[in-house]
Amino acid sequence: MRVRFWGTRGSIPVAMTSAEVQRKLVTALVAAAGRGLDTAGKARAFVENELEFSVSHTFGGNSSCVQLETDGPDYVLCDLGSGARAFGHSLLATRGPSGHRFHVFMSHLHWDHIMGFPFFMPAYLPGNHVTIYGCHDTLEEAFRRQNRAPSFPVDFSRMEARIEFVRLEPERSYDIAGLRVRAKLQHHGGDSYGYRLEQRGKVVVYSTDSEHKQDEPEAVKAFVEFFRDADLVIFDAQYSLADAVSVKEDWGHSSNVVGVEMCQLARARRLCLYHHEPIFDDERIARLLAETRRLEEITRGDHRVEVWAAYDGLEIAL
Amino acid sequence: MELAAKRFADTVALFPAGRIDHATADSFKAALAPHLAAVAAGRDRAVIDLAGVEYISSVGLRVLILASKQVKAQGGALAVADLQPVVREIFEISRFNLVLEVFPTLREALAKLSPAALAAFESA
Repeated sequence: MRVRFWGTRGSIPVAMTSAEVQRKLVTALVAAAGRGLDTAGKARAFVENELEFSVSHTFGGNSSCVQLETDGPDYVLCDLGSGARAFGHSLLATRGPSGHRFHVFMSHLHWDHIMGFPFFMPAYLPGNHVTIYGCHDTLEEAFRRQNRAPSFPVDFSRMEARIEFVRLEPERSYDIAGLRVRAKLQHHGGDSYGYRLEQRGKVVVYSTDSEHKQDEPEAVKAFVEFFRDADLVIFDAQYSLADAVSVKEDWGHSSNVVGVEMCQLARARRLCLYHHEPIFDDERIARLLAETRRLEEITRGDHRVEVWAAYDGLEIAL
Repeated sequence: MELAAKRFADTVALFPAGRIDHATADSFKAALAPHLAAVAAGRDRAVIDLAGVEYISSVGLRVLILASKQVKAQGGALAVADLQPVVREIFEISRFNLVLEVFPTLREALAKLSPAALAAFESA
């Protein structure tokens, strides 16, 4: 199984500013001084191998959308934030306009998790088939409502793909698109649901927009079991722990610190920080990743958790 | 959890020891409670000296923030001091160093909270 991130930003899509682009260029040019980078090949190698990620790349700004590449022919996504637009365009460019089958698991229906669907071109093309799964009883209404006046100029009825909505029950296992799938209720305004997705012994947990109350031991224990032995836990780490338990308590998000602790308890193999705070620039997210790796190191027992920070375009092979 | 306490004039210094995690956080919270109840404007102040704490998890940090909130609501003052290197890193990574008053030593915490407590500490 391979996991591909199309949108990793929390709450609202963001874009790099001119000032940030300029800062990266200045840093790179100073680092390159006297290096004789007189060919594209040399320059590319320098960029790839010698610059910090936060200088040579960006974490990106699309909101939540993650693809699971399984060994089946269908496309599997978690959430339809603005990253779904990029996924749709990439698919049409490389695989043609129709004949595609999509399965989408929705964590919840907040704007940043559904806003990519009106721009998801495969949904407008006949011959495609989209099934959207979720646990909210307003699942279909949320999608139809955003695809009509006064919110959007093109009505949902103009989408020519076959589009279905399927309600799932949390804590029940389903076999969908070759995956064993189980949803779990999470603490978030209006509720959200995490998904444990398994195929051929590989386990991905998609758990975003989820606040973990550390003073509720039974709830923590249940999530640790949900994460148990996962190959990858995609984890909402939007806030610092200090914010999550003080000024932003009950805002429905979690922290890198809690992510490390829960993955250690669950003996998960990889933790991927996700749903990045929209005010964070690339340097700030890179620092968050470095700090989280350090935290994992100084608190490690007999089990190592590999720590990643998601970025738009990241692929993790399991 | 055993929580040693030592009084310096109008300030109580508290000395937890070991690990503060999911297994011990509740007893740490219970042990703090009577001391926190006495902290208020014009009365006691409190310093939690973490020199004996080798690890603190998120649930332990939450106990500290709740203690700080309680003391503030009572008009009192609370500080933490003397963090071991690992605990200091955990404070920095979790940003608890930004929401709690953290001092390198007990002496520096007492100096900030109360001249009388500092004098008592120096003469002890």
